[in-house]
Amino acid sequence: MNLAALFRHREPIGPLEYTRRTWMRLTLLATFVFLYAPIVTLVAFSFNDSRRNIVWRGFSLKYYEKALANDGLIEAFVNSLTIAFVQTIIATILGALTALLLWRFRFPFRGGYEGAMALPIVIPEICMGVAMLAFFSRVGWPTDLPWPLNLSAITIAHVSFSFPFVAVVVRARLEGFNREFSEAAQDLGASEWQVFRDVMVPFMRPGLVAGALLAFTLSLDDFVITFFTSGPDTVTFPVKVYSMVRFSVTPEVNAASTVLIALTVVLTVLALWLQSRAKLKPEEVAG
Amino acid sequence: MSTETTPIVEINGVSKRFGSFAAVDNVTLSIGQGEFFALLGPSGCGKTTLLRMLAGLELPTEGRLIIDGQDMSGVPANQRPVNMVFQSYAVFPHMSVLDNVGYGLKVSGVQRPEIRERAQEALALVKLGDFGQRMPDQLSGGQRQRVALARALVKRPKVLLLDEPLSALDAKLREQMRLELVNLQETVGITFVIVTHDQDEALSMASRIAVMEAGQVRQLAPPAELYEFPKTRFVADFIGSVNMFEGRVEAVEKDVIRLACPGLERPIEVEQTDTPPVGATAWAALRPEKIEISKEPPSDPTENATPGRIEEITYLGEVSIYHVRVSEALPLVKVAMANVDRVTRRPFTWEDEVYLSWTRQCGVVLDR
Ligand SMILES: Nc1ncnc2c1ncn2[C@@H]1O[C@H](COP(=O)(O)OP(=O)(O)OP(=O)(O)O)[C@@H](O)[C@H]1O
Ligand SMILES: [Mg+2]
Repeated sequence: MNLAALFRHREPIGPLEYTRRTWMRLTLLATFVFLYAPIVTLVAFSFNDSRRNIVWRGFSLKYYEKALANDGLIEAFVNSLTIAFVQTIIATILGALTALLLWRFRFPFRGGYEGAMALPIVIPEICMGVAMLAFFSRVGWPTDLPWPLNLSAITIAHVSFSFPFVAVVVRARLEGFNREFSEAAQDLGASEWQVFRDVMVPFMRPGLVAGALLAFTLSLDDFVITFFTSGPDTVTFPVKVYSMVRFSVTPEVNAASTVLIALTVVLTVLALWLQSRAKLKPEEVAG
Repeated sequence: MSTETTPIVEINGVSKRFGSFAAVDNVTLSIGQGEFFALLGPSGCGKTTLLRMLAGLELPTEGRLIIDGQDMSGVPANQRPVNMVFQSYAVFPHMSVLDNVGYGLKVSGVQRPEIRERAQEALALVKLGDFGQRMPDQLSGGQRQRVALARALVKRPKVLLLDEPLSALDAKLREQMRLELVNLQETVGITFVIVTHDQDEALSMASRIAVMEAGQVRQLAPPAELYEFPKTRFVADFIGSVNMFEGRVEAVEKDVIRLACPGLERPIEVEQTDTPPVGATAWAALRPEKIEISKEPPSDPTENATPGRIEEITYLGEVSIYHVRVSEALPLVKVAMANVDRVTRRPFTWEDEVYLSWTRQCGVVLDR
């Protein structure tokens, strides 16, 4: 078969077949390159057998070992995970309750309250960070507490910026709730609490899980706000990486970052998957 | 039939206002033990609101509700001896059919083996005995409706409330479920209160029907009485199809009313005990199937008769509706005739000059 024939017999490009247009392909390619090239480089060089991130010298896991042996890095990692876990629990509960409140009750200035609640999502992180710093120093929050209490300031800061995300996700889910479900439960003899436990929570569950995972990843990789609220002894993983990079970008940093990327990606995929599954399920019965 | 039995539900001057709008306006009625009671009315007349007040999901603005001799004010929904079948069925999507049916027992602290047994029993009652392990999204609409029914019956309520339970089903299934509901009600002996805007549904199932309009009960009677002796034009028009002739009461002799209607040559005569005063404006309501069409005027001089011309014929399968022009001043008169023969052998056709006749015992004269 000759090459010319291959080109001549190509089918015409359909109006919606964007992926077969050259300019579209180039755009796509450029997007991928700009988005992922740095990340791919970072991950690849974490396995590089060289002190410097410039030339490929062969595969090695030695910087993973080195990162594991770095007590400061490990401590920061443990701190980050601890904060993320604790703040996720608090933010999820707080966010879910906020969503329920906004969904269920009518009260004066509800619209204003709803807007104010979403503020942390839109205001620049740097402002949040400065505000948090000002707040904690104003109230004189103790900085010399033993571990893990010394993480309380960061945890509180994280809760305050991540719970609105949970609230938004759960609220969106509640929009699809048919009130006849809770009324049916009530009619069958369920108390307020039983209605909440047996009907509302199962219905909100996909939203809760997705919101919690979102809060977890947000907390895990937050740098700006954490930077402003962390004391000298309370270093989190992103802050630690930043300080290491200030001396030199070693493959050790690459290795540690790769672990964080892997963790974030897994959690995000999980969150997306849970949400798509929730959407596919027919929740509304007979309209 | 059931008015003599002790009332299980008493509704005493109950109103429900949303702002200044009265969704239910000073309703008073009582429902007897074991009755199949229907609330019938057009959309937005307050049927659902009244039902929800019985369930405790809405609180009356005024008036008192008494169920089984107990005043319901202050009794929350989860402690009332009534259960409800919701319009959307509201079968919990995250629970199996058996768990759905058993839920009411679970929250009232019944032991697990007993829950299973009673839930299974209730499922068998609605012919879903083998469906216990299914999830609601694996059921058809009709089956979900039965689950909702079983779930509401399993607690053996004093009164079962049903809000348009058949409206989501297709015509054939609806007809079948009507029968099944009636049979079920006879089996369990529980008082049923059903809300519907479908007159056929109410007529075929209920022992008594309350016709509602704009938040008020217009008439409360057994189906046949409602159909044959409506009290107001609204009821006559809402239940079935009707021809309405406006006129003035000319004379009342020995329970026979003579109503002079502009456009008709002879006054309409109707036998009726309860009569409006002479001189009053009134309306003669006449069902289409009670009118006869003939080529010749009727021989009996006491019968009502008027000449007319057939302008239109609507074929409806078992009957045909003939639209007859009796006067330019009056709307077309509808006459229903059973299609005894095939359509091709219809006795009358378009543009035929005919006589319409009906006896004095047909129809009613209404003053509202
Ligand atoms: N929560 C509410 N707030 C304000 N108005 C309401 C509320 N609930 C019902 N209404 C009004 O009360 C009236 C009666 O409503 P209801 O639901 O009882 O009607 P319905 O007879 O059941 O009608 P349908 O056959 O359409 O279900 C309607 O006009 C409705 O708009
Ligand atoms: Mg309704």
